[in-house]
Amino acid sequence: MRQSASIRLSLAFVLVAFVCLLFADLQISTSNPWQELGRLALGVVTPDFAAVDYLGKAVIRTLAFAFVGVALGAGGGFMLALCFRHRVIRAGCAIIRAVHELFWALLFLQCFGLHPLTGVLAIAIPYAGIFAKVYAEILDETDPEPAHALPASSGRLSTLLYTRLPLAWSHLVSYTAYRLECGLRSSAVLGFIGMPTLGYYLESSFAQGHYSSVGALLLIFYVLIATLKLWVRPRLLPLYLMAAPFLLGSGLPIAWSNVSRFLTQDVIPAPIRSGEGIAGLGPWLGDLLTDQALPGILNTLLLTQIALVLTGALALLLFPLVSSHFTRRLSGTAGHMVLVILRSTPEYLLAFILLQLWGPSMLPAVVALAIHNGGIIGHLIGQRSNTLRLRPDAPHGVERYAYEVVPRLYGPFLALLFYRWEIIMRETAILGILGVATLGFYIDSAIQEIRIDRALVLILITALLNIGIDSLARHLRARLRLRYRANSRQGC
Amino acid sequence: MTHRLMWLLGATLLLVTPVASAEPFVFTAIPDEDETRLQKRFQKVADYLTDELDHDVRFVPVKSYSAAVTAFRNDQVQLAWFGGLSGVQARERVPGSRAIAQGVEDTEFRTYIIANEDTRLETDAGLSDEMRDLSLTFGSKSSTSGRLMPEYYLREHFGEPPEETFSRVGFSGNHSRTISLVASGAYQLGAVNYAVWENEVEAGEIDTDAVRVIWKTPRYPDYQWTIRGDIDDRFGDGFTEQVQQALLTMDDPDLLESFPREGFIKADNDDYAVIKEVGNELGLLDP
Repeated sequence: MRQSASIRLSLAFVLVAFVCLLFADLQISTSNPWQELGRLALGVVTPDFAAVDYLGKAVIRTLAFAFVGVALGAGGGFMLALCFRHRVIRAGCAIIRAVHELFWALLFLQCFGLHPLTGVLAIAIPYAGIFAKVYAEILDETDPEPAHALPASSGRLSTLLYTRLPLAWSHLVSYTAYRLECGLRSSAVLGFIGMPTLGYYLESSFAQGHYSSVGALLLIFYVLIATLKLWVRPRLLPLYLMAAPFLLGSGLPIAWSNVSRFLTQDVIPAPIRSGEGIAGLGPWLGDLLTDQALPGILNTLLLTQIALVLTGALALLLFPLVSSHFTRRLSGTAGHMVLVILRSTPEYLLAFILLQLWGPSMLPAVVALAIHNGGIIGHLIGQRSNTLRLRPDAPHGVERYAYEVVPRLYGPFLALLFYRWEIIMRETAILGILGVATLGFYIDSAIQEIRIDRALVLILITALLNIGIDSLARHLRARLRLRYRANSRQGC
Repeated sequence: MTHRLMWLLGATLLLVTPVASAEPFVFTAIPDEDETRLQKRFQKVADYLTDELDHDVRFVPVKSYSAAVTAFRNDQVQLAWFGGLSGVQARERVPGSRAIAQGVEDTEFRTYIIANEDTRLETDAGLSDEMRDLSLTFGSKSSTSGRLMPEYYLREHFGEPPEETFSRVGFSGNHSRTISLVASGAYQLGAVNYAVWENEVEAGEIDTDAVRVIWKTPRYPDYQWTIRGDIDDRFGDGFTEQVQQALLTMDDPDLLESFPREGFIKADNDDYAVIKEVGNELGLLDP
């Protein structure tokens, strides 16, 4: 019965995606993409490490921003997790994590400018919201018995330190370490809007068609992420954390008057600022909603729903690459490599490449999101499949796939997909900056026109949309009783 | 652990707080073309100004037009090489700031509308209804030559917003990218800064058979150097004038090539009144 409910739901999602396809702009319009793509392929296989000035510095900055941002986020998130029962804290965390790092950075750029604080806070704040939620879930999942055994007079702090914390410790650590990988990605991506990290040079080289530099930068980025486990050791961590703040660079000085100007003028809606008062607010908001927010929301939803279904399909196709039920040793290693590359390439870059190939439409964005997220879910499902024990006489090949493995993994697969749902929507934002007319596109336009009041309204709408999708996903998970452990939810 | 985290939190915040030192004079430029060369292009100018002004002058690269305006507004840079529109945006937000110099070419700037060969639009074909329902890319959203003025003239000719004339309207980000997107056919038409186009044609980087100029806009004022109004109080009396003189007397071809301009002449805020008007009309500026 439960099985058929999840199949009905899947079919409904596929149906919705098909309806979305009717309204989405998915035209292929390029006439001569092969020349550019040929150059790209050539560049990527002939990386030129000397072509990128300041390469070492960019790597150090990328690491420093990630470490400081994630450390502050983890610290803040832990504090928040302790009082996560309060409705206000929960709602606050939901809002701060619903806003993409890039948007936080665009806002902080207005008040702190090109100062390390902009990048650090842009990572730390949304991450604190995520850490708070996951830490709280991990702490809740610990065995309550030891706490019950303590005398009634024990203080709350000692109870936490002596019972729940030791039990949850390994889960907290592994989740935090995982988040560090996400932090590296975020840190690199912040370069796209001006932080001095790898993304800064990646975007410039890409835009300029210096593909050998692109090759070098991508290679460094993959190596950083792939070797994370080798050099991030618990013993070395304090050393990294102590060094990181010194390696952020100095940027430009902050004038605190800018912060107060930002809070008292920039974010105030234009009609109120110009003295029109509340009366002018209605038309201002109305125009903003009909001209920008509504088309933005529509495109965001279309893009998200199509990308979600494609992600699911791709994940189901890809997971055998890393599943021991379908691969041998060598092909398994190759499969891992493929999935590492798929999931650690920022979707922004994938979309950029595909834009050259197919021309401007939603298609590059849909496929980029699907490849990146399909890579992540494929990896996680593949790992999960390795814990399955099949009967010695289980069938092989397609029959094993269709009748043995997929049915057993379908529940966790759907749970992960619903978890990615909100993340896919959040990621459509960054693709808006490439020109796909999602909410992110209009937010970028408002920032370009230095109309922070409009940008803020649109960012809030984006956040509410994300929260809405998140709670819908939670509702669906609960109805289908799709359980997953908090620390198995990986993927940035 | 909690304590260690707290300690780290405090230490980090302390460390990222700025340290006061002798104030350098900082400038930026809008990233209108090849960003990878931005630092190289303008470092030479920074060195030149350091010598001329006998003061530490630094160049800071930014990623977008709005980031340049924001840095200027936030007083993180005191001088900037702006486009027409970004300059107006900046001066509106910083009372007392003024345009002090422009390129010789900037009094008569223009935009080229370029087309991919597959459109079968001929060189100098002019604006025509054959352009309808093709795709078009502008440059940056707040570029004067890449968006504001071409949009204005296209609206004037077709009597409707570009979104209705063309099948798709995009923003490439900068002029070099506009050219490469039109060359690859990703967009059929593009609006590009004439100076960047001429420069790249001269450098042999454009296949002029694959991409051709089909129309040139009338002339309008564009780029300029804009300086904050409080400079003399902070860097000494007459500093603004010294900066202006240094810019006007810049004659090293190697320096001028990075703009690329023949030389610089005086400018003032009123030179850009027409840009402001058009910006208001297109709703890119608040009236």
